[in-house]
Amino acid sequence: MIGTLNTVLQGVMLGGLYALFAAGLSLIFGIMRLVNLAHGDLIVLAAFVVLGLMHALGLDPFLATLVAMPVLAAFGYALQHLLLNRTLGRDILPPLLVTFGLSIIIQNGLLETFSADSQRLKAGAIEVASVELVPGLAVGVIQLVTLASAVGVILGLNLLFYRTELGRAFRATSDDPEIAQLMGIDNRHIFALAMAVAMAVIAVSALYLGMRANFDPTIGPARLIYAFEAVIIGGLGSFWGTLAGGVIIGVAQTVGAAINPEWQVLAGHLAFLAVLVLRPRGLFPRGSE
Amino acid sequence: MALLEAHRLTAFYGDFQALYGIDLVLNEGETIAIIGANGAGKSTFLKTVAGLLRAPADGVVLDGRPIGGLPPAEIVRMGISLVPEGRRLFPSLSVEENLKIGAYGRREAGYWTLDRLYELFPALAERREAPSQTLSGGQQQMAAIARALMANPRVLLCDEISLGLAPIVIRGIYAALPDIKANGASVILVEQDIVQALKVADRVYCFQEGRLALTGKPAELTPETIHAAYFGT
Repeated sequence: MIGTLNTVLQGVMLGGLYALFAAGLSLIFGIMRLVNLAHGDLIVLAAFVVLGLMHALGLDPFLATLVAMPVLAAFGYALQHLLLNRTLGRDILPPLLVTFGLSIIIQNGLLETFSADSQRLKAGAIEVASVELVPGLAVGVIQLVTLASAVGVILGLNLLFYRTELGRAFRATSDDPEIAQLMGIDNRHIFALAMAVAMAVIAVSALYLGMRANFDPTIGPARLIYAFEAVIIGGLGSFWGTLAGGVIIGVAQTVGAAINPEWQVLAGHLAFLAVLVLRPRGLFPRGSE
Repeated sequence: MALLEAHRLTAFYGDFQALYGIDLVLNEGETIAIIGANGAGKSTFLKTVAGLLRAPADGVVLDGRPIGGLPPAEIVRMGISLVPEGRRLFPSLSVEENLKIGAYGRREAGYWTLDRLYELFPALAERREAPSQTLSGGQQQMAAIARALMANPRVLLCDEISLGLAPIVIRGIYAALPDIKANGASVILVEQDIVQALKVADRVYCFQEGRLALTGKPAELTPETIHAAYFGT
């Protein structure tokens, strides 16, 4: 009984990590219908930026991430303004091709700069700390903080979207970019701001990616798949749905792994396929909110 | 004094030419109507003036200043607002949020505010928190006009605002026109309904296949000349 509960609980917390991976992707797709194939590589890039700041400034990973967030947000704004905005239009192929190319450039750039060695964001004692919820059931502090951060990020994005003027402009541009321009909104600026917010979220996901496991320049695309699956399970355009999607994949993976360690990754994908079959538009498609 | 002028204005959809050199003048305080058959280029003309389609720089002149080819977000801030065909409210925004988006195009403080627009269209005040898609067609049209007025435009471009609405609803919407004109906007209407257009317009332009076929004051136009300009007989 405790064993099953433990498995599910671990899955929920792993789902927090996947939700963090997916939140930025969900934001970008939701606002500008841009499928960012470089999303996973941007997470890995962010992890290396955090690592670099730790070494350069002697910071712990959490502080380094706080420093990295505005830097990466500025990078995101520039990336969108100078490159990705030029790919957006009626044709969906250019953004796919350009972000695919960006993915390759980031991977190889990181390989050149940091080598293929596995890296880790060392956080010290917190890495092995755990809290005992009930006798015989303990959870890691990092895992707990990951989930709390995911909930915090989703909450923050929802507040931004539904309670602020910028959020209103995000939603209007997402609804109808042509009319948004007619109303005096500069879509390119709005898109660049959205990418800046997404990069700040990516910095947070990079923190937990790097603290929980080793990373190297080539692991981005695999993170992208989990992120995509979480977004699609949740329903495009719903942040809470993205969190739910992450949790479903996480639980499926830990339950699968409990049955047979070889089934971990497979179980996550099967859960994704099952949702696609039963609810092709995802669990919480926009418009049902 | 001409507020807005079109000089030999052309417009294209890809390789297809939709406007072949339109000349048009809107004077300060005037209401003009553009009529014509489907595909005559009426909506295209409004979209081109609003910046949604590319235009030669001196094809559109506001206050003596060429504005053709500027991005739509800049044109609205210069004082030209478009009420688009089909209303096109933002579906995931409430009525009031739609109006607030309209304020992005504002140049400076002007007459129109949320409160004054709710006075102009009381039906919207009652539904301000409602999702825009739950409004009736007439209310949606009011919201689309109010959204455009939030920018305090000097030129209001209205594309088919009576389309698909019951006559009594159309009358209600046109009843707001004197108030709109009295508070600083000159108006260009594109109308399918010729009777309605002739009733409210100071001058009428009739387009035919992307060219100007006829222009004049409503009193000077006879049904025969309009018919001829419409169908090119």
